[in-house]
Amino acid sequence: MLTTKPFETYEAPAMAEPLFTPEEQKKFDAEIAEILSHYPADRKSAAMLPALRLLQELKGWLPPEGLKLVASRLGVTPERAYEVASFYVMYHLKKPGKYVVDVCTNLSCALWGAEKMLAYLEQKLGLKAGEANERFTLRETECLASCGTAPCLQINEDHHESLTKAKVDAIFDKLS
Amino acid sequence: MATTAFEPLISAAWGKPNSWKLDEYKKRGGYKGLEKALEMAPAQIIDEVKKSNLRGRGGAGFPTGLKWSFVPKDSPKPKYLAVNGDESEPGTFKDRYILEHDPHMMLEGIAIASYALGVHTCYVYLRGEFKFQAERTNAAIREAYAAGIFGKKVLGKDFQLDCYVVRGAGAYICGEETALLESLEGKKGWPRLKPPFPAVVGLFGCPTVVNNVETLASVPHVFTRGPGWYAGLGTDKSGGTRLVCLSGTVNRPGVYEVPLEATFNQLIFDDKYGRGLPAGRKVKAVIPGGSSAPILSPDELDVAMEFEAVKVKQTMAGSGGVIVMDDTTCMVRSLWRVARFYAEESCGQCTPCREGTPWQTRLLRKIEEGRGEPGDVEILSNVASSIAPYPPIGLGNTICALGDAAALPTHSFLMRFRDEFEAHIREHRCPFGDKPWGAFGDWS
Ligand SMILES: Cc1cc2nc3c(=O)[nH]c(=O)nc-3n(C[C@H](O)[C@H](O)[C@H](O)COP(=O)(O)O)c2cc1C
Ligand code: SF4
Ligand code: FES
Repeated sequence: MLTTKPFETYEAPAMAEPLFTPEEQKKFDAEIAEILSHYPADRKSAAMLPALRLLQELKGWLPPEGLKLVASRLGVTPERAYEVASFYVMYHLKKPGKYVVDVCTNLSCALWGAEKMLAYLEQKLGLKAGEANERFTLRETECLASCGTAPCLQINEDHHESLTKAKVDAIFDKLS
Repeated sequence: MATTAFEPLISAAWGKPNSWKLDEYKKRGGYKGLEKALEMAPAQIIDEVKKSNLRGRGGAGFPTGLKWSFVPKDSPKPKYLAVNGDESEPGTFKDRYILEHDPHMMLEGIAIASYALGVHTCYVYLRGEFKFQAERTNAAIREAYAAGIFGKKVLGKDFQLDCYVVRGAGAYICGEETALLESLEGKKGWPRLKPPFPAVVGLFGCPTVVNNVETLASVPHVFTRGPGWYAGLGTDKSGGTRLVCLSGTVNRPGVYEVPLEATFNQLIFDDKYGRGLPAGRKVKAVIPGGSSAPILSPDELDVAMEFEAVKVKQTMAGSGGVIVMDDTTCMVRSLWRVARFYAEESCGQCTPCREGTPWQTRLLRKIEEGRGEPGDVEILSNVASSIAPYPPIGLGNTICALGDAAALPTHSFLMRFRDEFEAHIREHRCPFGDKPWGAFGDWS
């Protein structure tokens, strides 16, 4: 059986700035403890997905220092954390725009004009799908389980469905 | 099938005020099924579920009681229940409504299943995008703990049960049951070779049952009304009612609870359901059970939306995702989009799927963009066959059924609409021009 080296043997490089503010650190510590309590004591590494989600909620993305911290708390190598983080599309390994806009263009949505909606957003935000600026990351995404209320999109995990041009304008007008 | 008026079981409370709250659920008779089950011996509970003919609603339609009976009784290891709420097969959007409108119905099913199986820990795995649904479910779980349904004792019985929500992070493959278990173990979602099946070697190497959200929400009804009653609602081999998700070019898309004998024609045209297509439009093709299911032609829609009946047509009732395409929809464009999805979501573990899915996508794009050459359709067909030959369903050369899911649409589109593919190549363009998406393809 393969065993992984405990992270404790690695030395994280010194950082220019600390990863967390004191409040963030407190929240991270408390929530990691809660998450770990959901798993058998010898299966800490199972908490990887929720732990990465927590890190991303605090920082908006998964900075390398954060991945190392998560790995050390879960008793695995940073490589393992990176491997998981890079597999799932909702984790950001690069800092995204303030608003991540995911537009479903899968079949049921396409049949209700999703490609036209995406084109409208590309023009409205001045970005092509797959591009990002400080404010927005615009992506095409796969079916979001709103096929009956198509077309749809998510902005930072907030879900919007049955979209018309007027609705899209209203949603984006409200963003700060 | 009973002749009395159809009575919805799963969706009965949807849309009513506070339908997701525990007290409302109890007012409707909620947790009475659990009370009854707790008076039985675990083996008897499994027997009742077998008698009810309940079949899994996640895609494969596997008999639920039979699945439960595969869990070894004498194993010294802990056992687990993993609820599959990944709901990512294109065209499928039913489980989210259960989670939003009536999460306690699923929680009651979880408690009954856990008691029957000797499970003390249940993980509800929800797709990462289900933020609101996860909040709803978590709130319901907190209510259940406070009411003594979960926790050290289940309704006073000396039986501990803990239940946690885990959110995925955007990977369709994690709906495949062994990928789901890998993901629950904190890993990337790489499906495992089967056997061993999860019932024997599952989460953390322990016996594990993986059941879909709707499957578990169906379980309480088996106990409140009795397995005979439940079985009697359905067909010979399939009990109860089911949720189907209607989308695409129909006037009234949505989730509908239907008797298992209801046909695709009824779903699409009936006033209670889809209310037909926009004026002047006709059905061109229907995907019967999520985008991986081989399509049906307009003359094949008098089939019941039930596992066995749909199987006769060499396709599957799958996840209940019914997608309608009208006669102005481009089949090449549609298949290209579907193929792109499976290429995007392949986990990359086995060669036919990793290499074949992008290859299909490239060929389809080439044909749709008018760059197709004679012979491309044959190559496309060969690529699909190398991933999974067809018919019948289930011949895939891959570790998991995502390979089949990616190849089946290609086979079925080519079988029924080969001419349209050839026309794209002959005319060096898409015959539908810049309007490939049918009657509702414009947006305003
Ligand atoms: C590629 C793939 C994706 C799947 N996605 C889902 C899903 O999102 N939800 C689900 O319940 N089952 C899904 N399944 C089916 C599961 O593997 C499994 O059969 C099901 O969860 C068992 O539950 P049931 O017996 O209650 O139907 C998928 C299967 C495959 C091969
Ligand atoms: S068939 Fe595809 S998704 Fe399934 S294990 Fe193989 S590569 Fe992964
Ligand atoms: S196809 Fe867009 S939500 Fe399903």
